[in-house]
Amino acid sequence: MRHFLTTEGMDRTELEDLLDEADAFSEVLTRPIPKVPALRGKTVATMFFEPSTRTRMSFEKAAKALSADTMSFSPSTSSLSKGESLKDTALTVRAMGVDLMVVRHKETGAPWRLAEWLDIPIVNGGDGAHQHPTQALLDCLTIRQRFGSLDGLEIAIVGDIRHSRVARSDIFAMATLGASVTLVGPRTLLPIDPEAWPVTVSHDLDAVLDRLDVVYLLRVQTERGGGSVFPSLPEYTERYGMTDRRFARLKPDAIVLHPGPMNRGVEISHDVADHERALILQQVTNGVAARMAVLFQLLGGDHDA
Amino acid sequence: MRPVMTEDDLARATRRIAHEIVERNHGLEDVLILGIPTRGKPFADRIAVALSEIEGRTIVAGSLDIGMYRDDLDTRPRTRIGPTEIPEPLDGKVVILADDVLFTGRTIRAALDALADIGRPAAVQLAVVVDRGHRQLPIRADYVGKNIPTAATEHVAVRFSEIDDEDGVWMMNGGDS
Repeated sequence: MRHFLTTEGMDRTELEDLLDEADAFSEVLTRPIPKVPALRGKTVATMFFEPSTRTRMSFEKAAKALSADTMSFSPSTSSLSKGESLKDTALTVRAMGVDLMVVRHKETGAPWRLAEWLDIPIVNGGDGAHQHPTQALLDCLTIRQRFGSLDGLEIAIVGDIRHSRVARSDIFAMATLGASVTLVGPRTLLPIDPEAWPVTVSHDLDAVLDRLDVVYLLRVQTERGGGSVFPSLPEYTERYGMTDRRFARLKPDAIVLHPGPMNRGVEISHDVADHERALILQQVTNGVAARMAVLFQLLGGDHDA
Repeated sequence: MRPVMTEDDLARATRRIAHEIVERNHGLEDVLILGIPTRGKPFADRIAVALSEIEGRTIVAGSLDIGMYRDDLDTRPRTRIGPTEIPEPLDGKVVILADDVLFTGRTIRAALDALADIGRPAAVQLAVVVDRGHRQLPIRADYVGKNIPTAATEHVAVRFSEIDDEDGVWMMNGGDS
């Protein structure tokens, strides 16, 4: 693995290797001193051209737990505001002595461009509505810790799939690991050609509810306020929200996941969000371990040598 | 490929080491056995079984992965990170590290670093199946299954049925590994 850009096309062994190592790093994070010297002397730069707090902090914590140094870049305070190009910005940071870049960008494909321009590993921290592969890794890790394996699990991804890089990354990772994935949402929020993906599609959450092992709720972009894509927030909740009533209909061991930030009372009820089978904080913790696994695979020696 | 320890030799050496551990530590009150993956783990498990027979109670070995502590990550092909499972807090315990082959000592150096991050054992002792010499660090084993003088180009293969479908130790020349 030279870069970590997308879950599409990754094979099962690659994913499972990363998950196995992420499990090992989870153990590290529970130690009195949650830090190992694996990447001592390496520098990781987080280049977030789009606002992000949690993903950036998670990557920085992961790098620090591996004893790497971190540098961060924010577009608002940088020369981008003076008109410097993406390429020049990246080359400049690379020239400072950076060993790996984590890139988030609103344009689809930006991390691939950086991978062409630079001679160091690039990690996709989210590009447009395209991919967010470390999110998929932490989601699969959380599911696997709960069920032992994703094989044969019924997973529904619910909500705004059309604009979701989280969904695009999760679909391929979950399907490759043996789960059957159903996309659930109104027509306006589903992709135009889901036939190209290893999924089934439903417009009716209640119809699939009682066979699910995992319900993955996507964030409703309340800043859109409904409008063109769905009529209103209350109607969204009525049809696709994880209400107390729907939660009670789930299998007794089914779990609820959410990539955050949550809109309580919209896609998830207050009580469900705090329920012990809503593993949302465990996802956050696992995010650090999953990102440690990715950084370590890319910088910690060569598997193929 | 030349056999240097048979299945029976390996079993006898393991039992002897178990007795030496009990004798040296005056019992097993504060002893904790940790195997270094991959092949230190089955060795640790077998020592634990032998100790259980001697003591008449079940003794469980843990594991301590050192992949994150190697000082040569840049220069050698990386091995997989294995599990670290510490069955009980190791503060104040005598930790016995178990590994298959003692060679340069760098694995054990990494293991000592890993232990220091997890807790503060009262003492650390080392048990190995084979000591093949060529140390690059001031490290020695407390319990040795067999001392085998080797050339640096040779390779010593310790095999456990849990991983390799057979028990025993073999020597290989640099050429036929």
